Amino acid sequence: MLREMTLGQYYPGNSILHRLDPRVKLLGTLVYMVAVFLAEDVTGYALGAAFLAAMIICSRIPLGFMLKGLKPVLVILIFSVVFNLFLTDGEVLVSVWKITITREGIWRAAFMAMRLICLILGAALMTYTTTPNQLTDGIEKGLGFLSYIRIPVHEIAMMMSIALRFIPILNEELDKIMKAQMARGADFESGSFLRRAKALVPLLIPLFVSAFRRASDLANAMEARCYHGGRGRTRMHPLRYAGRDIAAYLIIAAFLAGMILLKIYAPLAYLSA
Amino acid sequence: MPFIKAEKLMYDYESRDDDGNVTGRVHALKGLSFEVEAGEFVAVIGHNGSGKSTLARLINALAQPTLGRLTVNGYDVTDADRIWDLRRSVGMVFQNPDNQIIAGVVEEDVAFGPENLGVPSGEIVERVEKALGTVGMSEFAKRSPNRLSGGQKQRVAIAGALAMKPECIILDEATAMLDPIGRREVMEVICSLNRDEHMTVLLITHYMEEAAMADRVIVMNDGRIVLDGTPAEVFSQTDKLTECALELPQAALLAGKLREAGVPLPEGIVSPEQLVDELVGIKNTWQ
Repeated sequence: MLREMTLGQYYPGNSILHRLDPRVKLLGTLVYMVAVFLAEDVTGYALGAAFLAAMIICSRIPLGFMLKGLKPVLVILIFSVVFNLFLTDGEVLVSVWKITITREGIWRAAFMAMRLICLILGAALMTYTTTPNQLTDGIEKGLGFLSYIRIPVHEIAMMMSIALRFIPILNEELDKIMKAQMARGADFESGSFLRRAKALVPLLIPLFVSAFRRASDLANAMEARCYHGGRGRTRMHPLRYAGRDIAAYLIIAAFLAGMILLKIYAPLAYLSA
Repeated sequence: MPFIKAEKLMYDYESRDDDGNVTGRVHALKGLSFEVEAGEFVAVIGHNGSGKSTLARLINALAQPTLGRLTVNGYDVTDADRIWDLRRSVGMVFQNPDNQIIAGVVEEDVAFGPENLGVPSGEIVERVEKALGTVGMSEFAKRSPNRLSGGQKQRVAIAGALAMKPECIILDEATAMLDPIGRREVMEVICSLNRDEHMTVLLITHYMEEAAMADRVIVMNDGRIVLDGTPAEVFSQTDKLTECALELPQAALLAGKLREAGVPLPEGIVSPEQLVDELVGIKNTWQ
């Protein structure tokens, strides 16, 4: 089930994007998402899409693999396009029976689709080019200043990396429990939604019990290896900014400035929905 | 001075009700006294519930003794100020290979111990390389632990302990969940650590074949030490072992049967290699 999802998976490579400091990529993704919401007209979306396209080319990730990331959200994408297309008032272009398509509806649907695609591919690009460990390192170091206001940044990052490490293990275990139950005649596939949901309970309980046992084992193993929180801890590969990271920050800043300028001067605002 | 010294060591598991009142006590350890010298390779055997894993937890200060005294590398296990020094000097490998690997990359997991100790970055890299080399896992440094076999995972766990530069390593049934190939891999690493690096090894196991590889075997039953001696001495006490619900190593079992059948084999055979040597010797004298 989970194995088929590409969103949130690392695509091994050695491109400039792969080598960037994770803090740059985290902030970059955040800025990009905000910037996409700034877009109001064709030029805005064009700039957003062009920036994303340039990044995808830099990452050397095949386009087909990138687009696979859209699969889990395809339903949402279709829904929002259809709703915008048919339910927007305005100048009627086509009208068949009770269904009308308006000029504004077309623009709105196109923009909505564009916005969703940009957001999802932008986030996917970050996870494809950053290992989960780099990501948690980036969060720990990039947000380290929050520990001064008593937000346990190190602990949160540690929890995230442990969770990431145990996802495949618990997944495998779920598979085993499922097979064991199926061997004894359990049925997870037929019946109403409620019935199938109920059939999951005997899967989740053993999975939870086992997760707690694993947590206790892991806590022992961590203590045995002298883990005592983030204080006094050093890192094998501490994060350090290189020249390319500074350059990347400048490019991101330039992109954001461009998007803001487009919003202010909106050359094609008359086309916006 | 002995590396591990236990004097009348007792440990009770308490069961409590919802208000925290003690409702029951199980005596897991009932007064253990023993010493382990630095550089020794000691196997601890005993059936389930004999208290052998509890002993491992006490030695690493993961649990505190109820009564008695236990010092490890000169540190008293109840001394909270020296607990990190103690744990640094005693590396521990647990039973389940999956539940003791913390990081998602092999080398980062090995680095976890030294990172916690605050070792400078450059030295961590050296330590990780050396530890992975010792267990023969250097080529897997950048891999995900999820793709490794059980034996490889346990070797990574051993490397993780070694990276803290411990004086002693405790294996708490570390081979119990492995297949025969994985068990052999792990045992080879353990034996070479003891032989080449003079590491003190405490091997807790229920495989008699593994215990036979040690210099000394301690047999535990019901929270007490029943037998303590060389493998040859311990495995000749067939009656006492049967009392503790333990079996002989297969080589010793076969040697015993052959002796009964009239083959002139000496006492004290515990490993297949010894048995083969003796049998070849007998064959040669006949020719």
